[in-house]
Amino acid sequence: MIAVIVLDVGETTAEADGREYPVVHLKHWGRWFVAALFLAIFCWLAYVYATSPNISWGQVGHYLFFPAILSGVKVTIELSLEATVIGLVLGVVLAVMRISRNPVTAGLAALYIWFFRGTPVLVQLIFWYNLALVFPTLSLGIPGTSAGLSWQTNSVMTGFNAAMLGLGLNLAAYAAETVRAGIQAVGAGQSEAALALGMTPSQRMRVIVLPQALRIIIPPIGNEFISMLKTTSLVYVVAGTDLMTNASHIYLTNGEVIELLIVASLWYLAMTAVATVLQTILERRFGEATQPRSSRLKLKSSLSSASSLMGR
Amino acid sequence: MRAVSRRRVEPALESSADPIVMARGVRKSFDRAEVLHGIDFTVRSGEVSCIIGASGSGKSTFLRCINGLERIDGGELVVAGSHVGYTLREGRLHEWNPREMARFRQRIGMVFQQFNLFGHMTAAENVSCAAVKVRRMSKAAAAARTAKLLDEVGLSSHAGKYPHQLSGGQQQRVAIARALAMDPELLLFDEPTSALDPELVDEVLSVMKSLAATGMTMVVVTHEIGFAREVADTVVYLDDGLVVEWGPPQQLITNPTHARTQAFLSKVL
Ligand SMILES: Nc1ncnc2c1ncn2[C@@H]1O[C@H](COP(=O)(O)OP(=O)(O)OP(=O)(O)O)[C@@H](O)[C@H]1O
Ligand SMILES: [Mg+2]
Repeated sequence: MIAVIVLDVGETTAEADGREYPVVHLKHWGRWFVAALFLAIFCWLAYVYATSPNISWGQVGHYLFFPAILSGVKVTIELSLEATVIGLVLGVVLAVMRISRNPVTAGLAALYIWFFRGTPVLVQLIFWYNLALVFPTLSLGIPGTSAGLSWQTNSVMTGFNAAMLGLGLNLAAYAAETVRAGIQAVGAGQSEAALALGMTPSQRMRVIVLPQALRIIIPPIGNEFISMLKTTSLVYVVAGTDLMTNASHIYLTNGEVIELLIVASLWYLAMTAVATVLQTILERRFGEATQPRSSRLKLKSSLSSASSLMGR
Repeated sequence: MRAVSRRRVEPALESSADPIVMARGVRKSFDRAEVLHGIDFTVRSGEVSCIIGASGSGKSTFLRCINGLERIDGGELVVAGSHVGYTLREGRLHEWNPREMARFRQRIGMVFQQFNLFGHMTAAENVSCAAVKVRRMSKAAAAARTAKLLDEVGLSSHAGKYPHQLSGGQQQRVAIARALAMDPELLLFDEPTSALDPELVDEVLSVMKSLAATGMTMVVVTHEIGFAREVADTVVYLDDGLVVEWGPPQQLITNPTHARTQAFLSKVL
């Protein structure tokens, strides 16, 4: 039956005759059309913006490396990095607590995650900045004795510190869920093999499970970090001096709003580009060992295939 | 249903060696459903004991009880001189903390059906990791030992490969080397060849045979009746959570006395 159908459809009968024929590749007319369309739209947009009388590109160039902008970029990077480190470390702790068999620790972690995901970051930032309202002094010491250290809360909770703490503690709640998913994605067999070798539960977690969970965790955490770069713009409420806050201070005095927003956006885009490259490098580094060979090749060739995607 | 009489036949090999595994009436339930109904089982130092039985009869569960991956609910299970999971003090069994449990497991190796090699480590790292992290062996000493073990299982040239770059048979041989790196007193195998393509079974079995020849004490859950016949000192037939019959292979495999054993063997032989 099937053989008959195949013979019906075939237009010619091919025979292996041992000759090398030149190949005529399929022309991807659809791809060419779509590409040309998008290129045209892009060029038009670029032209409109470049020639708009309402945007002063000279001012964009002038403010791009303005000292207040550069220091804002520095603060934004520092803040994002430090908040992400706090968020990750605390996130791992929360994730381990959340999956522990102790109902109290698991419950506490769930409560933390609920609370910090459930309230606006803006509110959390203001709360940390105004910690002095509730705790005028922060002290570290042995209860019942006079030994110990003490600080004025307001001198510790600077705008930067409040921002770092607020963003970090907030990220921890999201990171905890990401890390938990990563840990749970590592098969039970890995855990059993580790225990059977005589590892303690904590060795199993540190030596076997977490390193393998990293591969799954890195892409979403990269996402969180890139998102964090821009969330830092919220710290204006605590007198932060990040990129967005500094840019807005400038445009509030000189009125060149669009120009300064373009300057800020260019910097955010640059930081995001760097973060994306770093994420790709990390993914390669941790994906290498555990990825099946086929998908590893896919990852490597995806860059080169992007260039050849257009066909011939 | 469960009218199978429990035979109290001691293994034919009446050696003077101390039993390293001694189970008396071991019971185990999962969510109230009892899967082990009172297992009696003995292995002496240097013996190879094979456990055979149908799927779901409780072979894996019993094996996992031996190294404390599962906790028993009744009976007595003494392995390498300890009540698994407890210290007997002043007439009471005091439960182990995770550290004590880990120390106990260091003396017992286990090889899994699905290999369970650590995916983020090379073959050599899989073998050396426990020696370094658990036994606190120096890196150099562990490397030398790893090289020797990988050579013994015939994988010297694959030391730098990751598990996904190895065939199933090669992975299982790495897993055996990994278990041996802890110098265990007892080695447990849970159907070590069941996940392998037929042509890869022999390379793993031959490694296990040479291990047995060195006098390693082994408990092997297996469907490889030929292996059991050739290597085992004792074969145990488990059915529905009970030991139905046990004895030397020439008796149990060639002349099973129980109808259930006969029925099972006629299916797998
Ligand atoms: N973690 C668990 N929770 C609940 N039931 C379980 C669990 N592990 C095993 N069981 C049940 O216990 C019984 C015995 O399982 P076990 O894995 O020990 O059988 P087995 O003899 O090893 O079978 P196989 O040859 O298929 O590996 C089965 O009915 C199984 O469903
Ligand atoms: Mg099993």
